[in-house]
Amino acid sequence: MPEPLAWQISTVTAIRAETPEVSSFTLKLPSWRAHRAGQHYDVRLTALDGYQAQRSYSIASPPSRTGEVDLTIEKIADGEVSPYFHDTLQVGDRVEVRGPIGGYFVWEPALGGPLLLVAGGSGVVPLMAMLRERAAADAKPPAVLLHSSRTFEDVIYRDELATLADGDAGLRVIQTLTRSQPPGWTGYDRRIDRPMLAEAIAAAGASPLVYICGPTLLVEAAANGLVELGVPPAQVRTERFGPTS
Amino acid sequence: MLRVDMTDRFISRGFVGRAKDAGDKAGRVPPGQYLTEGFPVLSAGPTPQVPLESWEFTVTGLVKAPVRWSWREFTALPSRDWTVDISCVTKWTKLDTRWNGVSLDDVLAAVEIDPRARFVTAQSYGGYTTNLPLTDLLNNQAFVAWQYDGAPLEPAHGGPARLVVPHLYLWKSAKWVRGLQLREDDEPGFWESLGYHNRGDPWREERYSGD
Repeated sequence: MPEPLAWQISTVTAIRAETPEVSSFTLKLPSWRAHRAGQHYDVRLTALDGYQAQRSYSIASPPSRTGEVDLTIEKIADGEVSPYFHDTLQVGDRVEVRGPIGGYFVWEPALGGPLLLVAGGSGVVPLMAMLRERAAADAKPPAVLLHSSRTFEDVIYRDELATLADGDAGLRVIQTLTRSQPPGWTGYDRRIDRPMLAEAIAAAGASPLVYICGPTLLVEAAANGLVELGVPPAQVRTERFGPTS
Repeated sequence: MLRVDMTDRFISRGFVGRAKDAGDKAGRVPPGQYLTEGFPVLSAGPTPQVPLESWEFTVTGLVKAPVRWSWREFTALPSRDWTVDISCVTKWTKLDTRWNGVSLDDVLAAVEIDPRARFVTAQSYGGYTTNLPLTDLLNNQAFVAWQYDGAPLEPAHGGPARLVVPHLYLWKSAKWVRGLQLREDDEPGFWESLGYHNRGDPWREERYSGD
């Protein structure tokens, strides 16, 4: 029998707003274990009357950062756990978690590349862990991130992604804004479609390792589109989220 | 630390949870799960596109003679409506989902099972596998569905046909199922090899290895 993945009491050491609806929470862990980029933690909240709620949240930080993890969480308006993180939790509070969890939607430098990452909204979180891990690695395979957000203000990690791409010829970040675009916007202004996917494949290079994370419709469109453009299905890993909160 | 009982339960400061007015539904939601009205889609890779003309379903392994059905033959098996509650390891539970399909008792009636057979590997288009004890598939506990809510099962939800084992977490309900292999030994499937629990009973919260 394998060791159970034990619950532990983490401490919130930092809260950072990423967008109006999305924040990153740094959790210091008493028994930290190295994760693989793409994995998640389970969070468990317990009310005074014993009522409990659990959710899974992707790890945004790279495993090269030890002792703590960042969970980047979008506030779901009618949710139960994400509003608690955004509205109640403060630095110094403690949160019960267990992880890291997940063994398929993961990337580590030993897997090589090229990497083709496709994200919708907060689906960028596990992919950011991969890009941060890649940035910290000695050998950096070519990587492309195709990222769809609603508005400019909704682009999670916007400045960090721009900085990463500016200093790294091997990384290309393609942004599309589906709802509104600021004046002078030079990126795309529509949902991810075939020409965008073709551009991403061309930029990444032959036979990429593909990771797609986002809402179901985006993931279906991107995964089917890439397969039709010739990417072997076995190289396409997906993580979808429906209306979870 | 604030305690409400003799356990080491950790209370989350300021957490009350959603209004708990689930009423008679409350007893139908396994621990750590929340109710959803939607039907989230979760799968590890692209959705396989399986034309019905080439679709087939097989029962192989520890059986006297393997059997193979075409789509037309398989969907002519005695199907019925099923209304079941389903729970995904990603924490959502959906009550009263309506399916139409054939009981695995009727599928397995077509073969003579070798008495050594104790486990089953469900095999899917796209390469997915999941392992189950044979006893979890008998006595009308499991079925292969090709309709959901009165309409053909959508590819994203596992169509043309998926296994449904409602008393276990939903990763055991293999989408795009194409066959069952009966075995003497228990061979971990896709998620079972990647840190998830071997059996996956939601009422025992068997999410991950070691739970």
